Amino acid sequence: MLVQQNFISRLGSTGLSSVVDLGRMGLYLVQMGLGCFRMPFHFSEFMRQMNFIGVGSLVVIFFTAASTGMVLGLQGYYSLHKYGAEGMLGSAVALTLIMELGPVLTALMVAGRAGSAMCAELGIMRISEQIDALDCMAVDPFRYLISPKLLAAIISVPLLTAFFDVIGIAGGYIAGVHLMGVNPGSYFEGMQSSVTNHDILLGTVKSFVFAVLIVWICSGRGYFVHVIKGAGFGARSVSKVTTQAVVLTSISVLIFDYLLTAILI
Amino acid sequence: MNTTGIEFKDVEKTFLREDGSRQVILDRVSFTITAGKTTVIAGGSGQGKSVTLKLILGLMRPDGGKILVAGDDVTGVRGKKLKELRTRFGVLFQGSALFDSMTVFDNVALPLRERTTKSESEIKKQVLASLDQLELLGHENKYPAQLSGGMKKRAGLARALQLQPEIMLFDEPTTGLDPVMTQEIYHLFARTQEQVGYTAIIVSHDIPKVFNLADQVIIINNGIMDVFPSPEAIQWSRKPHIREFVKTTMGEIYQSHLVEQ
Repeated sequence: MLVQQNFISRLGSTGLSSVVDLGRMGLYLVQMGLGCFRMPFHFSEFMRQMNFIGVGSLVVIFFTAASTGMVLGLQGYYSLHKYGAEGMLGSAVALTLIMELGPVLTALMVAGRAGSAMCAELGIMRISEQIDALDCMAVDPFRYLISPKLLAAIISVPLLTAFFDVIGIAGGYIAGVHLMGVNPGSYFEGMQSSVTNHDILLGTVKSFVFAVLIVWICSGRGYFVHVIKGAGFGARSVSKVTTQAVVLTSISVLIFDYLLTAILI
Repeated sequence: MNTTGIEFKDVEKTFLREDGSRQVILDRVSFTITAGKTTVIAGGSGQGKSVTLKLILGLMRPDGGKILVAGDDVTGVRGKKLKELRTRFGVLFQGSALFDSMTVFDNVALPLRERTTKSESEIKKQVLASLDQLELLGHENKYPAQLSGGMKKRAGLARALQLQPEIMLFDEPTTGLDPVMTQEIYHLFARTQEQVGYTAIIVSHDIPKVFNLADQVIIINNGIMDVFPSPEAIQWSRKPHIREFVKTTMGEIYQSHLVEQ
């Protein structure tokens, strides 16, 4: 009986803290959005984040895109070759990259690289009272610290996705055309005839939504590191919450990918 | 003359522990902090000293009661009013809370850049003058990680004083400092208070040294606050926990009085 009571009380407590956490994160999202319109705009932080999220992610995106494109080129060639449809390779590679793999893999890479850093930075600022110091100086932490990150991600993640798509298509071209001997003309012709503006729009909307998810979840977990139930205290809480933030963001990206595809396709 | 005092009226604050039980931090406490004077808040770890500061600053909300600053009820204020309230305060945090990615100069200049319309040349002049006063000139281009504990405290104090606060809150200001540096920091507090005329609230473990600065002492224990009009008045208390506090923290100094009692 006592075991059952304990189980029920723990379940209730977890449920309650999850609702509180969700509410807190919901308000955080609103504050983050409003912070973008509060003046004066913290331009130097915005540029620092553009450099960190955007420029800093170029190398990792390049290698991920090149290898993904080349694998798609090879796999696509072997699958299409069975039906004598190698000419469709360009179309298959481009559509897969533009609508699915480009936005998703870019978001996962940015979450792992920049999102984790964002979470750890804000977590450390929280436990070392730097965020409290901003509050005490009557400086809005959203306007000063968080909203520039959101704006930078909203601009740089779609650009990184476009970069991913271009490099991936080039990788598919190298694997399909140079290694497997597909006709270069048919590679580009197939791509041109099958990729529509709607496909590009779908990829862009996805990357925009993923950018918001990355900043919302990663910065939010860092910002609230001191009140997250079970996170513990000090440096350990920051490392625990950072891992949690990357996992949560990755899962959210995959779930939202399905939802957006189902709604927009 | 500074007229900004603080009043707590039946303030309650309770925390929920991880196991679901409740911990009473402040149990309907009432006290007044006199304007222009120095009040020291002392007590054991986890007794609610820092929570008291956070309640004053609006970083936490009380579960009940009222907090008045200069006669204005500031309990639960939000938005613009909270911002206005905070501009009246200066805070020196336990770990100084300097921004790691900024130089000493930028840290000290931050409140001026964010909260005033001063030009960059005016800001530079004011910041360098403050750094000179706090013996930090020549270190303005260093990052917090390159400073000693005492220098960090001085940089934090310089930043807190930039907007000429009416009330200064010091949270464990001498933690981690050696006795010489501790003494130096206390001299700085006394000097800057004389110049700016702020109401000072010092939360500290550093008993009895910090009592040299105190006009009034508040001791927190198990959610109850005992207010003493002077450090000397503590020794006459008949409450067992206060007598224990005097014995363990002030030792020899007041031992004779305790024996007499």
